[in-house]
Amino acid sequence: MQLARVIGTVVSTVKNESLEGRKFLIVQTLDADLKPKGKPQVALDAVGAGVGELVFWCRGKEASFPFKRDATPTDCTIVGIVDSDEHIFNGER
Amino acid sequence: MLLARVIGNVVATQKNQRYEGARVMLCRQITPEGEDMEYTTLALDSVDAGEGDIVLIVQEGWSASTAATKKAGAAIDSAIVGVVDRIDLLEAEK
Repeated sequence: MQLARVIGTVVSTVKNESLEGRKFLIVQTLDADLKPKGKPQVALDAVGAGVGELVFWCRGKEASFPFKRDATPTDCTIVGIVDSDEHIFNGER
Repeated sequence: MLLARVIGNVVATQKNQRYEGARVMLCRQITPEGEDMEYTTLALDSVDAGEGDIVLIVQEGWSASTAATKKAGAAIDSAIVGVVDRIDLLEAEK
């Protein structure tokens, strides 16, 4: 799992039927100091996150576990919203 | 998931029998702003995407297999799962 900032949304009408009603968000992964790391990617939302929020996401097959339909194709899912930037407690900082 | 532009397709008469009849698309990753990136990949189509379309690509075996062939266990690691209509970015990111 990785920390990330939600920086945008993606609208897709024609999509796999298992993804109907789901929300796509663009996330920029962050390191422990909340600095951008790597390239932005698209994540499926499982917790009601919005643009600007600090979240964490999960990758792999497990990314589809939060959804009830057992065939939701996703490799990147937002599984938590961090309360605020001040709620990251990094002992090295 | 990746954002990508479909830049073509691949014709392969002889391919794994689990995805006979499927279309294999050649895609180039793009940034959220729409600029081309270095990375290109082949992906099985599950939404009738065409050349020039901006699409969402899943790169995980089980998801790709269930999306493109409706069954798990096919030898696939990438599938197109959506055609993108619009991308909205935070002002600060533009």
